[in-house]
Amino acid sequence: MRAIVRIAAWLYAIAIYGFIFLPVVMLVLFSLQATSFPIPPFTGPSLRWYQAVLSDPRLTSALVNSLLVAVLSSLASVTLGFLSAWGFARFVLPGSALLRGLITLPLTVSYLIIGMGLLVLFNWAGVPKSLIAAGVGHVVINLPLCFAIIYSQMGDHQINIERAARDLGAAEWKVLLMITVPVMAPAIFAGFFLSMTFSWDEFVISFLLTRFDTTLPVEIWNLLRSGLNPKTNAVGSLVFAVSIVLVVFFELTLLRRKPA
Amino acid sequence: MSAPLVDIRNVSHRFGQHPVLKNVSLAIEPGSYTILLGPSGSGKTTLLSILGGFVTPSEGKVFIRGEDCTSVPPAKRPTTTVFQDYALFPHMSVGSNVGFGLRMQGVDGATRAAKAREALALVGLAAAFDKKPHQLSGGQRQRVALARALVIEPAVLLLDEPLGALDLKLRRQMQDELKAIQKRVGTAFVHVTHDQEEAMALADHCVVMNDGRIEDEGAPERVYARPKTRFSATFMGESTILAGKAGDSRDGRVTVTTGLGSISLPGRSPADASVALAIRPEHLVLGDVKGDVALGIAKVSDVVFQGSFKRVLAASTQDPALQFIAKAPASAAVRAGDTIAVSCNAGDIILLAD
Repeated sequence: MRAIVRIAAWLYAIAIYGFIFLPVVMLVLFSLQATSFPIPPFTGPSLRWYQAVLSDPRLTSALVNSLLVAVLSSLASVTLGFLSAWGFARFVLPGSALLRGLITLPLTVSYLIIGMGLLVLFNWAGVPKSLIAAGVGHVVINLPLCFAIIYSQMGDHQINIERAARDLGAAEWKVLLMITVPVMAPAIFAGFFLSMTFSWDEFVISFLLTRFDTTLPVEIWNLLRSGLNPKTNAVGSLVFAVSIVLVVFFELTLLRRKPA
Repeated sequence: MSAPLVDIRNVSHRFGQHPVLKNVSLAIEPGSYTILLGPSGSGKTTLLSILGGFVTPSEGKVFIRGEDCTSVPPAKRPTTTVFQDYALFPHMSVGSNVGFGLRMQGVDGATRAAKAREALALVGLAAAFDKKPHQLSGGQRQRVALARALVIEPAVLLLDEPLGALDLKLRRQMQDELKAIQKRVGTAFVHVTHDQEEAMALADHCVVMNDGRIEDEGAPERVYARPKTRFSATFMGESTILAGKAGDSRDGRVTVTTGLGSISLPGRSPADASVALAIRPEHLVLGDVKGDVALGIAKVSDVVFQGSFKRVLAASTQDPALQFIAKAPASAAVRAGDTIAVSCNAGDIILLAD
């Protein structure tokens, strides 16, 4: 009886993880297909579709665009998120709780709404669709995230450390750069990598706000319109691999903090 | 008379509606070790924060070396603070921590390292230069914080309950070291504590604070032997307190009527004023009446052996509300339940206005 329960538990676990990971496994597996259709039987392994992806100028430039947007928008998000967290943690502001609520509100708003809102706004302001517009959209969704992560780690015990630096003659910007930023580094890096991850495979906002130069998820969508092809599997696998790397960085920086 | 190093003039401070300092004036002499002693809520830490520039007082002025520093920010005033939690920079080595103040002054790397090493040697931590703060023990971190604050040669060093986080043994040891270091560098130290033993051991100038006011200040010997107020008598060491009413003052002597009869002692007081007589435990004589003032018979309620002496608590039989606190030799054969005579010398009685 016990053995049956144990076996059932195992089967259940396998079913759950299969349900979650089988699509990814299929995607990666058929990206290694040797023939022209990503359907069974498996004919690989072959790297010909990866070669095709990397020699496709549209896909490679979209990949570079995606990286640029991810890095720059995450830098902007983490900088603004850090400064607002510091402001809320260190100064008494009128309506502090309300303002903090407002700054994290975009976390609960759908990307579609944010994308459409920005589209209307940019149209009205005469800002053309571009990678910069998409980058701004990514800052809108990632700033609240960076703020929440950094604010949660900004405790009272750092106040005296900052005071000590001021007491020893440091100007305010030096206190920030030489003391607060290094002390908060784990949370700052965590915010940066999580923003990168979200920006990297974000589709809706990029789709709405870019036109000629576009990001990788949008380019993949273009590719999918002409039907399934192992090339889409290959580029999807590449996106997945980069996401994995970013998430690992995020976990390492946030979870393996040294005790202060 | 030369101006004092620090001159605090009529400083008051409120947090919201709550007054924490009430018209405090204090002078600090160069090279002195000043202790601000008081219970929590007495305003001693606020006074230190005002000296350090972290708090701007609601009223009054602070002069350091004759300059008005009342609203000068901490970075620009010649004070440094040793924080209670040490506040070392966790991401920097001990050497960089100590060199931080010099770096802010634009001192070059080599000079900085040399001075930091010198300061660490002063506090006996020369070997810790390349370590990180988290590799050090509490006492060692304390010394690093001290070296970091001393290396930029402040006019006044402020210490906020610096020994509060240490265990008793380390506390007494650091206490001796603090005093030795202060003597060697000659910088004026201002040290906040609620531990009266620490205060007596360290202070050149002891400032007793209570409820936002300075109750008493002076050499610790004087504050202990001749406290000015009842609070300072009870906070700085233990006392037996006799309530009474002053009678005539004549020829430098006053007669006080107490629950134990009339006592004549040196001093003067307005006639009919309520007064309190305080007697230090070591001045009470137990057993045969040897002192010139008899204090009646008391029943011993408790004897606590303290190593070098016995602490004796006894209730007066004439006035059961009166509790004697006495210090008997370790060899004394006194026991709980004994009935003994208590006396003292008139010259040892401290006359306090009530």
